[in-house]
Amino acid sequence: MSKAQIFASPDEAVSVVKDGDTVLVGGFGFAGMPFDLIDALIRQGAGDLTIVSNNAGNGDVGLAALLKAGQVRKVLCSFPRQVDSYVFDDLYRRGEIELEVVPQGNLAERMRAAGAGIGAFYCPTGVGTPLAEGKETRTIDGRDYVLEYPIKGDVALISAHTADTMGNLVYRKTARNFGPVMATAATTTVVQVSSIVDAGQIDPEVVVTPSIYVDRVVQVEPRHYTVQGAR
Amino acid sequence: MPLNPDQLAARVAQDIEPGSFVNLGIGQPTKVADHLPAEIGVVLHTANGMLGMGPAAVGDEVDPELTNAGKVPVTELPGAAYFHHADSFAMMRGGHLDVCVLGAFQVSASGDLANWDTGAPGSIPAVGGAMDLAIGAKRVYVMMTLFAKNGSPKLVPTCTYPLTGVGCVSRVYTDHAVFEITPDGVRVLESFDTSVEELRARLEVPLVVDVR
Repeated sequence: MSKAQIFASPDEAVSVVKDGDTVLVGGFGFAGMPFDLIDALIRQGAGDLTIVSNNAGNGDVGLAALLKAGQVRKVLCSFPRQVDSYVFDDLYRRGEIELEVVPQGNLAERMRAAGAGIGAFYCPTGVGTPLAEGKETRTIDGRDYVLEYPIKGDVALISAHTADTMGNLVYRKTARNFGPVMATAATTTVVQVSSIVDAGQIDPEVVVTPSIYVDRVVQVEPRHYTVQGAR
Repeated sequence: MPLNPDQLAARVAQDIEPGSFVNLGIGQPTKVADHLPAEIGVVLHTANGMLGMGPAAVGDEVDPELTNAGKVPVTELPGAAYFHHADSFAMMRGGHLDVCVLGAFQVSASGDLANWDTGAPGSIPAVGGAMDLAIGAKRVYVMMTLFAKNGSPKLVPTCTYPLTGVGCVSRVYTDHAVFEITPDGVRVLESFDTSVEELRARLEVPLVVDVR
């Protein structure tokens, strides 16, 4: 893939999403959630999506709004149930959305594996629990492990702080979370950033996501939202 | 009197070695941080990608891009570091954390932990990072009330709730006593305004007491 393309609007940036795609959506609660890309995806209208994200939406905005729009068939996440996850809760209880609960570390590592070309891996998380039922296990040096498979996305929608014109990314504080891992694990990675600078303006020593993992970049206005109560 | 939640948090904090790398679970375990004086140099890890987490943010300190695993705004201390989720959980599974403190619905006599799902009809399962933490940290401390609201013990011969991890708990800190899970059984390390005989009468788990 050649260097990242810079788009003028989120709507153009998300045009790549198709019906039935698996979409990796960054963020931990609201921190790092690509609100503008999600809003554009709602306008774009692709449906029957499988969403991979840590949560299943908070309040009525971001991922919750995408669920509410009826575009999502299935969610893979670690922690759907929260005080303000009523959009997901309602869809789930009505049987209108599928859920696969994945331990948070496995969610990250399965995407890391996808991005790194690993076919599967043995992991100690979840051994002897309901989430390991039906999965292959193996004892290595006296410890039990469960075989876990990669999660690959068709598209990743993530948020970063700054990109350069090559597509190199740096993040800000705990908004980094799943972004760097998801960027590696999708066929097309779409990033919204607060600012775009010329190549050479980000110190190569501090680049977190190298440009090879980034396909589409769009600059958006910083969004102000309150985190109090977003649990 | 049994310990109140704040006293229990202080008791857990006493057993955290200076300089340890520690993860505090969501809810009650978060209170342990209030009892770790800065001079002992304990470094707090939060699953969403940070070492060197400081106290909860207040007023102008609140930054939506700086939260803990409970999505509460926090602060950063000098020497803090940020990293992505796969690195954060590699720190757990790779055995780099000295201690994690977790809440629980039940702990079994052999150290099985149940703290993610009651399995109740209509409940929506949500595990978060609990399964990774439970099997990853060198020492797993559980902090809980010894009895549920209906009076039933939460330290049990075998967990009836869905498991989070098998044989992973090191110690159980409760309002009535502190227990160590050992290959020889559940040892009572300390009790609070109750006797071992009284504990035996209320628990179905055999208790081991050191002869002094």
